[in-house]
Amino acid sequence: MEKATWTTKVGLAQMLKGGVIMDVVTPEQARIAEEAGAVAVMALERVPADIRAQGGVARMSDPELILAIKQAVTIPVMAKARIGHFVEAQVLEAIGVDYIDESEVLTPADEEHHINKHKFRVPFVCGCRDLGEALRRIAEGAAMLRTKGEAGTGNVVEAVRHARAVYREIRRLQSMNEDELFTYAKQIQAPYELVKQVAAEGKLPVVNFAAGGIATPADAALLMQLGVDGIFVGSGIFKSGDPVKRARAIVEATTHYNDPEIIAEVSKGLGEAMVGINIDQIPTEQLMARRGW
Amino acid sequence: MTVGVLALQGDFREHCTVLRRLGVEPIEVRLPRQLAQVERLIIPGGESTTIGRLLTIYQMLEPIRVRAGRDLAIWGTCAGAILLASTVTDQKQGGQPTLSLMNLTIQRNAYGSQLDSFEAPVAMPIIGEMPLRGVFIRAPRIVALGVGCEAVGWLEDGSVVAARQGRLLATTFHPELTDDDRVHRLFLEL
Repeated sequence: MEKATWTTKVGLAQMLKGGVIMDVVTPEQARIAEEAGAVAVMALERVPADIRAQGGVARMSDPELILAIKQAVTIPVMAKARIGHFVEAQVLEAIGVDYIDESEVLTPADEEHHINKHKFRVPFVCGCRDLGEALRRIAEGAAMLRTKGEAGTGNVVEAVRHARAVYREIRRLQSMNEDELFTYAKQIQAPYELVKQVAAEGKLPVVNFAAGGIATPADAALLMQLGVDGIFVGSGIFKSGDPVKRARAIVEATTHYNDPEIIAEVSKGLGEAMVGINIDQIPTEQLMARRGW
Repeated sequence: MTVGVLALQGDFREHCTVLRRLGVEPIEVRLPRQLAQVERLIIPGGESTTIGRLLTIYQMLEPIRVRAGRDLAIWGTCAGAILLASTVTDQKQGGQPTLSLMNLTIQRNAYGSQLDSFEAPVAMPIIGEMPLRGVFIRAPRIVALGVGCEAVGWLEDGSVVAARQGRLLATTFHPELTDDDRVHRLFLEL
């Protein structure tokens, strides 16, 4: 018997496909998410919208809170570590979380190095804005990706930008010959072997979800139609008027993303969505997507 | 022969890819009208709570139950096996909807958290002498088999990881994540 193999790490992400992963800050919210059909929860002390509003340094959540959330549900529980903070990751592995998100939503702990994720038995998900960033994270051992979007804004524009960038670049790769692939790998600062593999297979070697700004069922279906494998909803659910109804609706829209009649039906009477923020009104140094390299 | 893959959530695309390699064009089943077209149905790996909830909302539990084992052969992998079992232990609080078609008891997340996910050889004589590479991800465990339900796959320690009841098949592991398509071929003959 071999535990924590690459196949089992990537495999858990494959089991989450077509599903919605929801940010939760209490065991009660975790239960609501599970009841609504979430495939996993992200255990946090503050959702990104509050991190953004309150400022200061955002760190790994209290292990006690994460364990309480783990107790409350049967679905996988993920938790966030700061970029480069491999000891936070060690702590999260020690308490048995199912996936670690090395996340730009928290304040980075290292401005040069991401965590060497190959050293861990627990799998990691990482954010990306384009193909180069995606492949750098995979090279470091990420077993799952998510496009970054701009967390805590309720504005889907950055999530769309990043998803489009990743899939556009994959399509471009497929039309290149070997000489061009060498140069392209250099340009996007990605390992040549991974670039070659993506060009040959026409897809990323790991599952890629969308994140950062998804607030409505139509937002979720939009990203699914653009080609992502599933959806992270952070502040969008528990910062809205009717979290239970909205959570269910986003789950259904993610499954039936190609069926406008169903998306219309589940979008009815959801109450108020979270208040959105326009990206150009956020000072550059407060943009989370720019964290990570 | 029309083969469907339940596409509400989970790794349904991986199953579809194997079927296409075997020359079968699968139908993705999300609604009762697609279910009505298929003679065989694979329930993929995923989250059993999510899939069970969507089966309920989109009114597919009864249509599947009515036809199961008769004009509808079903194979469940991992979450799919949970949905097929008559008794599920360690369910989510408040219980969860299942199809309850095979006479077996299954325990959810029986091996622990993701850190305890593993790969191990599976002996499955009905598909040949060579063991399968079994991929177990937050896998359930078959803890008891009832009347009419027979064990067809084992780990080295003798624990049951695959069971069959007539035209219903359950595996707690994921053949769709490997290159070995023998279980898919068995299902197409079931």
